[in-house]
Amino acid sequence: MKDTIDIRWHGRGGQGAITAAKIVAKAMFSLGYEGVAMIPTFGTERRGAPVFSSLKISRRKIYDLSPIERPDIVVVLDHVLMEEADITSGLKEGGLLVINSPCSLESYHADGRKVAVCNVTALATRAGLPAGVVNTGIIGAFARASGLAGLDLLTEVIEEEFKGRKPEANALAARLAYEHTIVGG
Amino acid sequence: MSSHIIESGNTAAALGVKLCRVQVIAAYPITPQTPLTEKLSELVDSQEMEAQYIPVESEHSALAVCIAASSTGARAFTATSANGLLYMHEQIHWAAGARLPLVMCVVNRGVGAPWTIWNDHQDSISQRDTGWIQLYVNDHQQIIDGVIKAYRLAESVMIPVMVCYDGYLLSHTHMPFEVPSQEAVDSFLPPYRPDYALDPKRPANLNTVTLPDTRVDTEGRTAHGYMEIRSLLHEDLQRAVEVYQDVEAGFRDTFGRGGEALFEHYRCEDAEYVAVALGSLSHNLRDVVDTLREAGVPAGVMSIHLYRPFPARQIASFLSPAKGVIVFEKALSYGYEGALCSDIKAALLTHARSRADLPFVHNYILGLGGREIKTSQLVEAMTASCKAGAASHDGVRWIGLKL
Repeated sequence: MKDTIDIRWHGRGGQGAITAAKIVAKAMFSLGYEGVAMIPTFGTERRGAPVFSSLKISRRKIYDLSPIERPDIVVVLDHVLMEEADITSGLKEGGLLVINSPCSLESYHADGRKVAVCNVTALATRAGLPAGVVNTGIIGAFARASGLAGLDLLTEVIEEEFKGRKPEANALAARLAYEHTIVGG
Repeated sequence: MSSHIIESGNTAAALGVKLCRVQVIAAYPITPQTPLTEKLSELVDSQEMEAQYIPVESEHSALAVCIAASSTGARAFTATSANGLLYMHEQIHWAAGARLPLVMCVVNRGVGAPWTIWNDHQDSISQRDTGWIQLYVNDHQQIIDGVIKAYRLAESVMIPVMVCYDGYLLSHTHMPFEVPSQEAVDSFLPPYRPDYALDPKRPANLNTVTLPDTRVDTEGRTAHGYMEIRSLLHEDLQRAVEVYQDVEAGFRDTFGRGGEALFEHYRCEDAEYVAVALGSLSHNLRDVVDTLREAGVPAGVMSIHLYRPFPARQIASFLSPAKGVIVFEKALSYGYEGALCSDIKAALLTHARSRADLPFVHNYILGLGGREIKTSQLVEAMTASCKAGAASHDGVRWIGLKL
């Protein structure tokens, strides 16, 4: 497995991209990645505005806290953001793009990058979460497409993080998304 | 048992305050400090922490409440940023003059005008001369450990301590850190027992008007005038350099980590060029040093933890063998240069082993108001300084300026 993995999370203010990144950070730390740093974009977290968060994962301690410019993986919590901003900016050749989207895999072209699509919004509702809560479901899609951390570990961290706030439904959303994620070549 | 968690820098600070069994908290929310005070109010509300949380209408009142609480013998805490810190300014001087062992987290942010909510160091650097001890920390482990050490230091020398950490870069970033056990913290930091505390049963005036000269008090003893009291503050602050090294050594014995009280250094052993910085920037500079070393440039980085009192002798003796010292600052003494740069030059002049062979000192100003600092820019700046050497010094140089 690689020594460093840079994952950029794109969502909207209030959508929970930071919590999603934090859950993955905790899982990766428990897998022996001593250096994890989740660095949110700063200062303009208005509800609904495009935001992103940088998750740096490394075998050694992380000293550089600047935002990720060349991600290995980009995760998108709302597919409409793809039309509003240059979401895939700097995504490495051979990198991975994970999108919460009702659209088909074929509607995304990513020039030599792997694409994975999952309708997390619909699946999260089916799991019993209020409409629009996608930050746990997207972790299932991320797990399936990246293979970086096992689904059982991730759902365990989800249940811990959401203790007292529908832990089972949040874990179920991740499981459903894992099952229904379509990964391109 | 201690354990690792992944949380924000503000949470690290709050957990440190909780472990120190702080009894009175008074704070006014200001970005990027807000999540710290929110976390503390949650801990008090849920009774996980046994403390009085006193909501106030301003930062000036927040520190006034802490001064009053500390005067009665309570362990007190506040936190702020930027203009909130400046609104406290009068009380900041007061707390030091009154010799109260408060601890305050300063979550570093640029100062208006114009308004900025992003990080630089102008807020705490502008409070350099108030008589407080200033510690700068670089990551979450140093934040939680720093709060614990700060109380031990403050109560040892009866001087208040600011624990300064970068707004957003540390306050809002999540990273792993170890939370020490309550038992270990209790053994390191005994309850605060002041020699004197205000007591309603025995009313007294503290810090009333003090005459220019000494005078004989009601019991016939010569009482200090203002200048004696202030001179003793200075003397005790200078003594705090040694005391803090003892505190750090005790911390390492109890918790098994730390040990670098005054400053930390990276790849400096044979370095001809040493970058110097405060806060998380100095960690970023480690990656820069690695890049320079790969290119054959013998560079290192020094991160100053204890900025006031300034450990001038130790810093000068560490830096004087270098050919060049490059000071990176997120603050500026407007009209001159960075304050840290001036301090380092003065230290070298006073304490260097030989005046004939002093290193050149360059000063870069960067990151003001949160301007992004790219590692590549730092590499360019260091490379330029190493190449140019002593000949080219002409005041401050800016990084990332787009004029």
